[in-house]
Amino acid sequence: MSDNTATANQQGSPKTSTIAESVIRIAGNSQDGIQAIGGFLARLAGRSEQDVMTFMTIPSTISGGPSIFQVRIGSGEVLSAGDEADVLLCFYDHSYANHISSLKRGGIVLYDSDHVKPNEELLGTYHHIGVAISSLTVEAIGGTGRDKGKNIYALGLIARMFDLNVPKLTKLIEERFGGKDPSIVKNALDCFNGGYGHQIQGLIESFKFEHAVHTGAAQVVMSGNEALAFGIIAAGVRFGAGYPITPWSEVMELLRRELPKYGGTFMQTEDEIAAVSMAIGASYGGRVAVTGSSGPGISLKTEAIGWAVMAEMPLVIIDVQRGGPSTGMPTNQEQSDLNIACFGGHGDSPRVVLAPSSVEDCFYTAIEAVNIARKFSTPVFILSDQAIATRIEAFPCPDLQNICQDISPDFTPVADHKPYDLSAPDGITRHVAPGTRIASGKYPVATGLEHDELGHPTGSGKMHSQMNAKRRTKLHKLASEIPVPKIYGATEGHVLLVGWGSSKGPIEEAVKLGRSQGEAVSGLHIKYINPLPENLENLFSGFTHVIVCEINDEGLYGYGQLASILRARYCDPRIKSVTKTDGLPWKVKEILTRALSLTK
Amino acid sequence: MSTIAIPNENLTRTGVAATLPVPAPLADADRKPLTKKETAADHPTWCPGCGDFSVLALYYKLIEKRKMLHENICTVAGIGCSSRFPYFVQAHGAHFIHGRALAFASGVSLSRPDLHVFVFGGDGDAFSIGGNHFTHTARKNIKMTYVVMDNFVYGLTKKQTSPTSPIGFKSKTDVGGSTDRPVNPMKQAICAGATFVGRSTATNVNHLLGLMDAAMSHDGFSFIEVLSECVEFFPGAFDAAIPRKGGTFPEISADHDVTDEYAAYKLCDEPWPGMFGTFYKVNRPTKNANEAKLITDARAKLAGVPDWQILQKNFDRMK
Ligand SMILES: Cc1ncc(C[n+]2csc(CCOP(=O)(O)OP(=O)(O)O)c2C)c(N)n1
Ligand code: SF4
Ligand SMILES: [Mg+2]
Repeated sequence: MSDNTATANQQGSPKTSTIAESVIRIAGNSQDGIQAIGGFLARLAGRSEQDVMTFMTIPSTISGGPSIFQVRIGSGEVLSAGDEADVLLCFYDHSYANHISSLKRGGIVLYDSDHVKPNEELLGTYHHIGVAISSLTVEAIGGTGRDKGKNIYALGLIARMFDLNVPKLTKLIEERFGGKDPSIVKNALDCFNGGYGHQIQGLIESFKFEHAVHTGAAQVVMSGNEALAFGIIAAGVRFGAGYPITPWSEVMELLRRELPKYGGTFMQTEDEIAAVSMAIGASYGGRVAVTGSSGPGISLKTEAIGWAVMAEMPLVIIDVQRGGPSTGMPTNQEQSDLNIACFGGHGDSPRVVLAPSSVEDCFYTAIEAVNIARKFSTPVFILSDQAIATRIEAFPCPDLQNICQDISPDFTPVADHKPYDLSAPDGITRHVAPGTRIASGKYPVATGLEHDELGHPTGSGKMHSQMNAKRRTKLHKLASEIPVPKIYGATEGHVLLVGWGSSKGPIEEAVKLGRSQGEAVSGLHIKYINPLPENLENLFSGFTHVIVCEINDEGLYGYGQLASILRARYCDPRIKSVTKTDGLPWKVKEILTRALSLTK
Repeated sequence: MSTIAIPNENLTRTGVAATLPVPAPLADADRKPLTKKETAADHPTWCPGCGDFSVLALYYKLIEKRKMLHENICTVAGIGCSSRFPYFVQAHGAHFIHGRALAFASGVSLSRPDLHVFVFGGDGDAFSIGGNHFTHTARKNIKMTYVVMDNFVYGLTKKQTSPTSPIGFKSKTDVGGSTDRPVNPMKQAICAGATFVGRSTATNVNHLLGLMDAAMSHDGFSFIEVLSECVEFFPGAFDAAIPRKGGTFPEISADHDVTDEYAAYKLCDEPWPGMFGTFYKVNRPTKNANEAKLITDARAKLAGVPDWQILQKNFDRMK
């Protein structure tokens, strides 16, 4: 312990530095409620108009196990959960051992001295502060002998270190634990106050966040899974079906709980095949429905999705990706379902694939997916992933009054109806739902067999070619309508980093980092993956190297899944690929170093 | 102008989306019951003499008898010879994928309480590839009528063993005769939790029409097994059940208690050709009604609150 510390303590309080942002990693076991600490910090940041992003790993074992929650709070724009932690809070020896290397040199490790024995060799590298969190928690709540609540005690310690807004945190704790047995709120507050009031021995410095720029709009704080589910509701979807699987389950649980309030329902089915089939049946009933899953369940749904392509039935499929193939790495981050989303299934089956880039984007993408499905009578995939699904972000509260839409079916009788009209100018099918009278007395059949314009089977090769063209042409129409992405940074330079889905934030940070080091790096995020937006080739043309960064394997031919599509589409040899499958989101430095090494 | 009765007036209109718009019954006094001419669509592609023709003809009759209107008829099927059904009916219909018709139909049934969905299919579609859905649709008691045209063989794919093929049946996949114990559809349905379970033959048209009519009136998952001969790949399979071919048509006696599950199981074990009629019929809340109740309860406190405000409340809690 340095003299500096002693002086500070003699004076009664450590020195305070003002900081723009901080990365706090909390490591323990999932049953200790470490996600709750992270959740409180994230929501506090949201209420303080600070930007916040979290990163969480969930153990795949049932009884809990090692788990982390990382929060990055910033007074400016926060793009990723942070490469290195400024502060590491660890509850056990294993948390210490596994995560100390994630701490930046000179960072603070705050550890539970009841359980953790620090590594002597590291005492000089990191600033070590031990607090007997477990026993002090027991003391704070009156000595019942159990340390349940040590997460809240630790939250108190962090609140002291970062000079957090105590009244706001107290309110959050009351909201979270209120409504239950009043003694629970009291215990939680006792723990919090115990931690907050504790004189931390050895704390040389405490921090204060810069005042965030006031944006005016109130922020909401939620996870990507929540944002997707609420987006689906806002879009007017009132029927869904699914089967549990991590990390998708949370979406279906939320929809199951919430939809009845809106007059809708969500079915837990016997398997994913039933789920997609039921959702398609409901779409056929007149109102686009939703289904979803993760890897293995998406594989099961592919035959039925092919039917929806053939019958041109609107449908939204949410795929919260995880590590594959097979059961794979169920609780890890991966972006390896791009191929199955774009091409999964037999035959030529064009469909739409969108990949949201952030929690906020999940909300709006869900609405967009519903509207594309309706307008183009097509299945639409939303490719989320484990990282977006579980992380928490703050974003401006959407204008729900103007966003929420009513997509009730229209049963107005029609004179005549040809669902698969080949002469329709936009090539788009429009179904009339059962219950609609067709005055001509000629009724359509929705079918998976190749069909004529009325939906009746045909064996004609000519008709098959025409219908294949129809199903593809309508997606050309969509491609002409979707926005062309904007380059992040300069529109010309040495390296263009291309990414999709949740990699957007880390890639943009890598651009900032690269530019600060004098590299001519820019970024491009592709949200509309199938069909691709127009004009990408012109965006690529300003750069010597176009490097696609994605979290999947380089495959047999050395290119990741999006890179392969882009190379096939543009035949541009400048398109290169940086891939990885370590189960973790991108680190900013990792992207930059690996991409630049390809250009040397 | 007087309002004509809604087509399925004697059906209970329960279902989710009870609060969502469904088409208003058309006020049209002049519309007469549909004739076969108006209900028939594509000419069936079945082999001449196939038992399925008679099931189709009876469906037309049922539509006429129940005064169903074109727009409210919804016919769903999977894949198989029998599953071509929807193309032959001039009405809204869907020809889905092999084995999954029940799941598709559940989506229609649960989101459209104003429709009574009919599902037609074969034994392979129902008990092999679709076995899981059969079990769970029955268990959940999702309101619809399911008619399986059981020919004890895979017709469309040209004579492979089906889950109902009798032991010893010689097919392309069991040239020496099938050895697997066949499914007993009646037992399967009762055990799974179907609330209306009946059996008939394609040849006894009056009996089958009566059963289809009763099934349609049932508020729940109603299931009928129809022995329907595949003249191409299993000719003569059901002669033992056709009196004019020297067989018998043993009907379930009037004093059978259709709510007695054990008595029903006993009937399932009668020797070939087995029994015909309603084996089992009970009233149990449908999935449709259960979901409708969830909605009613959830909305009890929300009367008149627009959707966006309900969502806003959630968002306010996340601020
Ligand atoms: C996923 C899938 N597997 C296999 C088939 C091929 N197939 C079509 S119909 C059928 C069996 C039909 O038998 P059944 O359901 O008894 O109907 P039937 O033709 O006898 O009326 C099979 C195996 C298919 N269409 N889809
Ligand atoms: S093959 Fe058999 S089941 Fe199929 S149409 Fe011919 S007779 Fe009917
Ligand atoms: Mg068959």
